[in-house]
Amino acid sequence: MRLAILASRIRVEEKLLVEALRQQAVAFDIIDDEELLLDLAQPDERWQQYDAVLCRSLSQSRALAVMYVLEHWGIPVHNSAATTATCNDKLLTTLALLRAHVPVPRTMLAFAANSAVQGIETLGYPAVLKPVTGSWGRLLARVNDRDAAEAVLEHQETLGSYQHHIHYIQQYISKPQRDIRAFVIGDRTVCAIYRTSEHWVTNTARGAVASNCPVTPELDQLCLRAAQAVGGGILAIDLLEDPEQGLLINEINATMEFRNSIAPTGVDIPGLMLDYVLSNAREEVLR
Amino acid sequence: MVVQHAAHCPECDAEVPVQNLLVGEIIYCPDCNAELEVLNVEQPEVALAPQVAEDWGE
Repeated sequence: MRLAILASRIRVEEKLLVEALRQQAVAFDIIDDEELLLDLAQPDERWQQYDAVLCRSLSQSRALAVMYVLEHWGIPVHNSAATTATCNDKLLTTLALLRAHVPVPRTMLAFAANSAVQGIETLGYPAVLKPVTGSWGRLLARVNDRDAAEAVLEHQETLGSYQHHIHYIQQYISKPQRDIRAFVIGDRTVCAIYRTSEHWVTNTARGAVASNCPVTPELDQLCLRAAQAVGGGILAIDLLEDPEQGLLINEINATMEFRNSIAPTGVDIPGLMLDYVLSNAREEVLR
Repeated sequence: MVVQHAAHCPECDAEVPVQNLLVGEIIYCPDCNAELEVLNVEQPEVALAPQVAEDWGE
């Protein structure tokens, strides 16, 4: 059994995975995505030695491109290119969840400032504007009135790339100063945390504090449905608690960070990730 | 042969130990606190860490 970890940088998460691989005496290589040169019609022999590739690239665009190529060459990857593509794009995620009848905040899409303002005012202030791609809570805007909406939309249209001209407008959920991040690995919701912050953005990357969130049957079932809707795998699912609508799925992350979630939950997340990847690789070998 | 265990910070030239680190790890220069990426451990080498790119994330 030999694994490859595709990485851009070695963060705490990658070091924890390396430690777990060493503990289980699994042979592995770390492959820097920046060094890759992929001859599409001629699979590089070095990839054939791997029973699975775990994608941990920081660059979402690079990660997705590599997953497409490796799958094309028949090499098992985690997560799949389809799951990664869906999770990297908030529009695709929302559509996948809607298809599966998984509850999400009401969301509108517009392509020009005027229609975006109309969408925002249909949802009511405050509303949330998000880029369809992006992570770590970057470039999220809570717009509280028309002045703010017009200013943010003008900035998006003037300063943003073409992707920022797709206005993804989400109903603001008046959550209790926290959201929930649940970790799904295969067919289990292995643990969850509350991310608490006085700021309306509750990413731990933006300073939110993590504490254990019990995995209730309701949370478990909803997370499994959400994971299945985007193709399944190793996923971090962000949920919002709406006082009226109950639990709503906000976003799903395909290359999850988990360093702040091990201590509060007491769950060995990297160990479970590795168990899942190895178990799938062994099944593949037996086929 | 003298075994070199430290790289030099490209910002302030301070010695930066890289033993027991992994290539790709991000560390801070002990003198100037510059964010550095480990490029080589056997022949110690570090570079200024790249800035966060627009498509970086989870």
